[in-house]
Amino acid sequence: MDFFLQQLFNGLAVGGIYALVALGYTMVYGVMKLMNFAHGELFTMGAFLGLTLLGVFSFTEVLGPFGGIFVLILMVMGMVAIMGVLLERVAYRPLRNSPRLSAIVSALGASIFLQNAIMLMYGARFQVYPHGLLPNTPVSLFGVDIPLLRILLFLVSVFMMAGLYFFVQRTRIGTAIRAAAIDQDAARLMGINVDRVIQIVFIIGPALGAAAGVMVGIYYGQINFTMGWIFGLKAFTAAIIGGIGNIPGAMLGGLLLGVLETMGAAYISTAWKDAIAFGVLILILLVRPRGILGERVADKL
Amino acid sequence: MLSLENLVVKYGNVEALHGIDMEVAEGEIVSVLGANGAGKSTTLMGISGLVKPASGSIVFEGTPIHTLPAHKIVEMGIAQVPEGRRVFGTLTVSENLRLGAFTSRDRNRDARTRDWIFSLFPILKERRRQLAGTLSGGEQQMLAIGRALMAHPRLLLLDEPSLGLAPLIIKAIFETIREINSSGVTVVLVEQNARAALRLAHRGYVLEVGKVVLADTAESLLANPEIHSAYLGHGA
Repeated sequence: MDFFLQQLFNGLAVGGIYALVALGYTMVYGVMKLMNFAHGELFTMGAFLGLTLLGVFSFTEVLGPFGGIFVLILMVMGMVAIMGVLLERVAYRPLRNSPRLSAIVSALGASIFLQNAIMLMYGARFQVYPHGLLPNTPVSLFGVDIPLLRILLFLVSVFMMAGLYFFVQRTRIGTAIRAAAIDQDAARLMGINVDRVIQIVFIIGPALGAAAGVMVGIYYGQINFTMGWIFGLKAFTAAIIGGIGNIPGAMLGGLLLGVLETMGAAYISTAWKDAIAFGVLILILLVRPRGILGERVADKL
Repeated sequence: MLSLENLVVKYGNVEALHGIDMEVAEGEIVSVLGANGAGKSTTLMGISGLVKPASGSIVFEGTPIHTLPAHKIVEMGIAQVPEGRRVFGTLTVSENLRLGAFTSRDRNRDARTRDWIFSLFPILKERRRQLAGTLSGGEQQMLAIGRALMAHPRLLLLDEPSLGLAPLIIKAIFETIREINSSGVTVVLVEQNARAALRLAHRGYVLEVGKVVLADTAESLLANPEIHSAYLGHGA
C-alpha cells in the first residue's frame, strides 16, 4: 500500500506536467482544428530559458526557494508566450485559409526549425539544472513519506489548471474561446474577434507548456533539446485520451496517463513505460474514439 | 439605413452575386426571396462581413462597412440569425445569450434585453441552464433570434428562420419577428417560404442566380402573377 501511494504521487506529479503540455495542444486544436506540432519545442524552450535565467540571476537565493521559482516560472511563461504569438503569426496565420495539410506541414517545419535552433543555441548535450532549487524533504502523507517536490509539482499544475478552467468557464473571453472552438463563423457573428481569440490561445498554451518545461528541469534535473519530442508525444496522447479539443479532457488525460505509466513502470517494468502509455491510447480509442470527454452532445439540425 | 450598391461576391472563380443593388429604410421589414442558390444567404454573409465583396459597396447609416471585419459590423448594430441557426450546442442557453451580448458593455441594458427575450420566448427562460444542443429545432431558432437580439441590433438579418420547422412554430416565430420590428428593429428576412415572408414584409426583392430581378412592395409582389407561379404555387 505504501509503495502504491508513493507511485500514485509520482504519477500525479508527472501527469500534471503532461496535462499542462496537453492543454496547449488541445486548446489550439479546439479553436483552429490544427495540431501545433511545434508545441513540444515551446515546452523545451521553456526548460532552457529557465536554465539560462537561473544562470543569470540566483532567483532562489534572493527571493527564497518558493518566491524565486514562482518568479522564474512567471518570467519564462511570459517569454515563451511571446514566442507562441510569433509562431502563430509566422507559421499559421498566413495559412489560415489554405488546405489543412499545408498548416500541418508548416507545423512540422516550425517544430524542426525550433528544435534545431535550440540545439544550435544550447548544444546537443544534456544540460543540468542546479540541484536543490526547491526543498525535497519527505513529507508524511496518509502515513507514507512522499518527497515534497512531487507534491509541489502536482499542486502547481493543479493550481494552473484550476485557474485556466475558471478563466475558460467563467470569463467573457473564456466563453468566446469556447464559442470560437464550436463554430468560428457563428462566433464572428457574435462580434467575437476570432483572430484575437487565436492569439490568446497561443499565449495561454505556450505559457503553460513553458511552465511545464521548467518543472521538468527542476524535477528530473537534466534537460536536452529533444525532450519536447517525447514529452510532446505523451502530452499529445493525453490530449487525445481525454478528447482532443476538450480542456477538462486534457487535464484528466494527462493525470491518467502519468499515473498509469508510473504504475506500469513500478509494477511491470520500467522498460515497458512507453509501451503502456501508447497501449492505453489504443485501448481508449478502440472503446471511445472521441476520447473520454470528447463531444458529449450532438448538435441537432 | 442600409444600401448595397453593385455588390459582387466571388467564391474562388465562381461569381455568386453579379452586382446586387438593395435599399433598406429604417423601420422596414424587407424580404429577400429566391430559389436555392440565388444568392440570398451570400447577400446576408456579405452584409455581415463573413464574405468580402470583390467589388461594390455596402453602406450602413452613412458608413461603408464592406471593408470592416465581421466583429466590427456587429458593433455597428447589425446582427444576423444565420441559416441553420448555428447555436453553440455544447454551451448552455444562458451562455449563448451572453455571447450574443459580447460586444455590449452595458450590463444593465443586457439584463433588460434578456428579460425582453425571455418574454418573447418564455421557453428559453425555462431552459436557460440546458445545453443549446438539447433544444428542439424551434427552440434553437428562438435561441438564435434571442442571441442576435442580445447585441442590441438596429438591423436584424434573418436567414431562413422557418427552415425545417412545423407550421405552428413558423407562425409563432413570424409573429415574433413582427413584434421585434415594431419595437424599432429594422429587419431583412431571407425566406423560401415566400408567402409568409411577403405577408410580414413591407417590401421585397426577388433574386435569381445572383441578380435582383424584381423589387416591389410586398402587396404588389403578392399580387404579381409571375411571382405567383414561380414562388407561391397556385394553391390558396
